[in-house]
Amino acid sequence: MILALLLLPALAGTAAFFVKGDRTRRALLVCVALAHLALVGAAWIVRPPPLVAGWVGLDAAGLVVLTLASALFCVAALYAVGYLAREGVGPRAEFDEGFLFTNAPEAVFTGGLLWLLATLSLVAASRHLGILWVAIEATTLSSAPLLYFHRHARSLEATWKYLLLCSVGIGIALLGNFSLALAAQAAQAVPGSADGGVSPLALDAWLAHPGALDPTWTRVAFLCLLVGFGTKMGLAPMHAWLPDAHSEAPSLVSALLSGALLNAAFLGILRALQVLGAAGAAGAEHLAFASPLLIGFGLTSLAFAAVFILGQGNYKRMLAWSSVEHMGLLAVAIGVGGGGIGAALLHAVNHSLTKGMLFLLAGNILHAYRSRATRDVTGLLRTLPVTGTLWGIGLLAITGTPPFGPFVSEFAILRACFAQGHAAVGVVTLALLAVVFLGMARALLRMTQGPVPAERAGAAPAESGWPAESWWAVAPPALLATFVIGLGVYVPPVVQHALREAAALLGGR
Amino acid sequence: MSAAPTPVDVGCVVVVLTNLALLGASRLGLAVRIVALQGCAVGLLPWLAHVDDPTAHVVALSAAVLALKGIVFPRFLNRALRDAEVRREEEPYVGYSTSLLLGVALLAVALWCGARLPLPGRATPSFGVAVALSTLLTGLLLLVARRSALHQVIGYLVFENGIFGFGVPLVRDNPLLVEMGVLLDVFVGVFVMGITLFHLQRDLRHLSADRLSALKDSEP
Repeated sequence: MILALLLLPALAGTAAFFVKGDRTRRALLVCVALAHLALVGAAWIVRPPPLVAGWVGLDAAGLVVLTLASALFCVAALYAVGYLAREGVGPRAEFDEGFLFTNAPEAVFTGGLLWLLATLSLVAASRHLGILWVAIEATTLSSAPLLYFHRHARSLEATWKYLLLCSVGIGIALLGNFSLALAAQAAQAVPGSADGGVSPLALDAWLAHPGALDPTWTRVAFLCLLVGFGTKMGLAPMHAWLPDAHSEAPSLVSALLSGALLNAAFLGILRALQVLGAAGAAGAEHLAFASPLLIGFGLTSLAFAAVFILGQGNYKRMLAWSSVEHMGLLAVAIGVGGGGIGAALLHAVNHSLTKGMLFLLAGNILHAYRSRATRDVTGLLRTLPVTGTLWGIGLLAITGTPPFGPFVSEFAILRACFAQGHAAVGVVTLALLAVVFLGMARALLRMTQGPVPAERAGAAPAESGWPAESWWAVAPPALLATFVIGLGVYVPPVVQHALREAAALLGGR
Repeated sequence: MSAAPTPVDVGCVVVVLTNLALLGASRLGLAVRIVALQGCAVGLLPWLAHVDDPTAHVVALSAAVLALKGIVFPRFLNRALRDAEVRREEEPYVGYSTSLLLGVALLAVALWCGARLPLPGRATPSFGVAVALSTLLTGLLLLVARRSALHQVIGYLVFENGIFGFGVPLVRDNPLLVEMGVLLDVFVGVFVMGITLFHLQRDLRHLSADRLSALKDSEP
């Protein structure tokens, strides 16, 4: 079944390059997305057996990440049908600077999307740090053509930064893998024997029989893995690519990057912690080294995000910075440990759904107003009633306002900070979250209220009216909104159980 | 460490010298030739480290890396260089003599760190770690100190050489891990950077990453 989860999108992605008709290709995209989601649903009922000597398999943490990726992909695929139809072909003017550009062929875009799903599934199903590394690298490669869908200098700049920074990050993560292997060799090598001992890279074998790790090399390894995967996850100060990539990419790609890809990198850091924590008393010592690092990177990310959200004039960048903020929150939560780990996993779920919805809505707003500037967008509730309402709900939810899902998980994270004796961390986090709230609330009020702009920027006189919102554009984010609201009121026992099981893998509650 | 230099020591010295030469190279053609030389030296390292009893695996890996880093990448860079018609970097962010000084400082840092990270076994000399670390840092310095996209790609290759250097002591016990690294280097290096460079040059008419600075946080 895991094989089907991986091969289905990979083969379909390859096929997408050869399908001629646009409509057929879009149908293929949606069908594969639905089939993938169905397979993931089946995996919840019967946990599939591991493959390739236990190197590929699904545990609770992997299943949560996989489900998020698959669900979000499904919603994005539905949105893509409407999006690709309205994108059309031929040159057109760029919104901000007005120069002409064309799109990449739609086949490349669809193929890239499906390949992204395949590589995300592989990340979730990796039980070997080497495979995990390859899979995360592969996500970078499959998403790069998606960023460069609009062929102009701005998106090229974003793609270049994304590739270069993430490649350096992924290189450092490889160094982490090397160091981990060296740590095992240094501590376990018996002079004169060819046996290298237990490798910490193969997760199942290591968790069953953890061996000794050389403390110095282990620290180097964790630092490298944290910085490497942290780059991909958007932790400050390695986040420089994120606001550019997320604001320049087509909105549904931003939704996938923020909602699914950042989680995949987060899973990489969780796996590193899992390996380190496995070895009994020495494991506790390794984790004590990791905890302040995670909290430090987390608070730095929160601080960067707070500063840049407060004075942000571009609403897509604001959402991107908000992703930096939430990734920082996740790092803080797993840094404090205990109940924070379970809270972090729940927050990852809530963040993905909310941010996915917000980016899809940003796509609708961008299409109607043809501007990424917050000041150009006013009267949203009257021009695009459904999008405007959902946008309001989404912004309130993402800032941690009750009664939405993110409120529950942010509250749990803060409670964990105080319960674990990190009161100062809790206070700083709370203060930074308040600053973010101010920045986002300002944008929310400005955009939803206010006068309807007299004329649409860049619109021909013939089409001066505001376009009606199509089902393809509003139904997918509305679907996500129901989950965001639902999770704020009630977390189903199945989900609770899975999250608890995943947290237990990392010694949390 | 024995008094007479081992073959690996010679390889390491070549790598360190090429690092410094790269920091001082202003002509892109020269930089590409130096990076090719460094690629050859790095490619030979796994073989040199096991020169007494090389397994077929080690020799094959050495040959593959040598071919890629020493021949394929430099040829590709040369072609990009010819198409882009840039000969030298006009105004780097960090000047050449400053870069050299920084490079020497980074080498000192790397030696200091390397002495504190003892390698298990005796597969490489104890300053192998220091050399790998200094190569890695040199690559990162090139990435941030140079304006042209082509020069940044060279910096990335040097960075990768450093990471591969770290993998050399693992070649015997964890060959799969090292090979994975090589495999993806190929992919990133050739396909993606190649394609992006192609578009950079076609769309922007020049290969300067400096012009890639339109995206920033604006005021509300």
